[in-house]
Amino acid sequence: MQDKTIGSRLFDYTNYFLLTLVGLTTIMPFIYVVITSFSATPGLIPKEFTLDAYRYIFSTDTFTNSLMVSIYITVLGTLINLVLTCLMAYSLSYKHLPGRNIILLCVLITMLFSGGMIPTYFVVKATGLINTLWALMIPNAISAFYLIILKNFFQQIPRELIEAAKIDGCHEIGLLFRIVLPLSLPAIAAFGLFYAVGLWNQYFNSIMYISDSDKWPVQVILRQVVILASGGIGESSSMDSDSTVTYSESIKMATIVIATIPIIIVYPFLQKHFAKGVLIGSVKE
Amino acid sequence: MAQPQLEVQESSHSKLQHKTQVNKKSLLTRMWKERWLYVFLVPGIIYFIVYKYLPMWGILMAFMDYKPYLGFWDSPWVGLKHFERFFSEPEFWTLLRNTLWIATLDLIVFFPFTIVIALLLNEVRKEMFKRTIQTFVYVPHFLSWVVVVGISYILFTTEGGVINEILAKLGFDKINFLMNEDLFRPMLILQMVWKDAGWGTIIFLAALAGVNPGLYEAAKMDGANRWRLLWHITLPSIRSVIVILLILRLGNFMDLGFEQIFLMTNAMNREVAEVFDTYVYRVGLQQGQFSYSAAVGLFKSIVGLILVLGSNYLAKKAGEEGIY
Repeated sequence: MQDKTIGSRLFDYTNYFLLTLVGLTTIMPFIYVVITSFSATPGLIPKEFTLDAYRYIFSTDTFTNSLMVSIYITVLGTLINLVLTCLMAYSLSYKHLPGRNIILLCVLITMLFSGGMIPTYFVVKATGLINTLWALMIPNAISAFYLIILKNFFQQIPRELIEAAKIDGCHEIGLLFRIVLPLSLPAIAAFGLFYAVGLWNQYFNSIMYISDSDKWPVQVILRQVVILASGGIGESSSMDSDSTVTYSESIKMATIVIATIPIIIVYPFLQKHFAKGVLIGSVKE
Repeated sequence: MAQPQLEVQESSHSKLQHKTQVNKKSLLTRMWKERWLYVFLVPGIIYFIVYKYLPMWGILMAFMDYKPYLGFWDSPWVGLKHFERFFSEPEFWTLLRNTLWIATLDLIVFFPFTIVIALLLNEVRKEMFKRTIQTFVYVPHFLSWVVVVGISYILFTTEGGVINEILAKLGFDKINFLMNEDLFRPMLILQMVWKDAGWGTIIFLAALAGVNPGLYEAAKMDGANRWRLLWHITLPSIRSVIVILLILRLGNFMDLGFEQIFLMTNAMNREVAEVFDTYVYRVGLQQGQFSYSAAVGLFKSIVGLILVLGSNYLAKKAGEEGIY
């Protein structure tokens, strides 16, 4: 494939130049935010290294509290998501199970049509989740999309393995935990990571379902600190009225960094999985 | 390759045996035999019924005058009153115009960006370089919209934002990017490209990896240069993928960028920012016009459904398998 004509080289150089430009534009804003969060005098060129912004953040209850909330809903929520999704996907992976196709159809319908924001809000309210952290975990406990991909994944496990274990007297619960789950561990890890990222990043559910400010996750606090305080008047709802405090630029940036660190930590693991194409698998059987 | 084939044959054989056995038993016996599988299904089914199907049934409130003190059962039926009101409101046209604008920008700006980046990446011969760039451009996809909008507020604000500092240093006037009605849509599309254009390349890269290398060899023999290879071989071979993705993207334009728009909206740009979902939230949950906003939501869901099914049908016609 190595041809060394001038045209080809020129093509390569242009390509590398453009891609470097693309890469830099993607990464520069974030690097700028990280660097400035450690600087005492923000501006075009940040100067003087300081940890003041982070010290301030971790000394206020609002921030630490919201971080705890975010960690709590991410860990517990991922666990709930995975348990429910795995159980359902496992049962649906049995092709001969009576009623399976009807259930699958019903799941598929939810991907195409939904009740919408207002009726969903009323159901969440009727089930008593309003103003509890459960509202951030339960109403989206199973992603129909992940469920179907995981079901397809379980179907690929050779049936002989399952039949053999059954003949040896293995119970259904044993089958799931000793054979199916261990064999699918990479896929389940991938879905766990994607669920976790979604839970950590969710924002709108929090402002819709939760009005107690001590139950707000870090994304809501971030919006108040950065967006509302930067002159964005935002939606003039009652709960924004207490956010008239303005924060220094470094504090805003440090909040962004803290809200992003968990994503950066899991990113290498995520990348391993989506590079393998776990999630781009066909939804079809 | 021999081993997996053998397995497949065996499994279809055992399935056949299984089927004949199964047919002899009654349905109930079969179900009792698999009772544990049903037990595993219970939590999931309850979840789908309560949080997905109950709201669908709750849509009925769009045809009522729901009053919280009367409750769902005793509120009076009003037929299509809320729909009639919605279609006669001037806001309806604003919402439609804004949604169409964003969808159009998405198709003519965002979409070509993903293709170009994918093509550029595909031409890279140094694996190391390619992987590094890929690592960079995928990251923003995993950031929340709050973070993305937050970063742009910090960069673009007139009070010490870098972009405006640079403009000032170069002798230009400061531009209020965040409060300007005319700049709202460019900002929106900028954020969309920054966040997801890299991620969107994945599916194109997968398609590009499947292009037959023999085609390139043959074209090179005929004296084609790199640019002509790209234009005459690479692009045509992913044309069908491009068409399918374009159509499918059209299918869900009702759902484009709700959280992003919500976060970018402020008092200065509401006229160009408001889309169906933000309107439902503002009128419904903030102003308490529940039935009316449920009707707006239902209208949005139905249009969305028609678009998804229609685009999927078109995608199938275009020669590829649809998604549903």
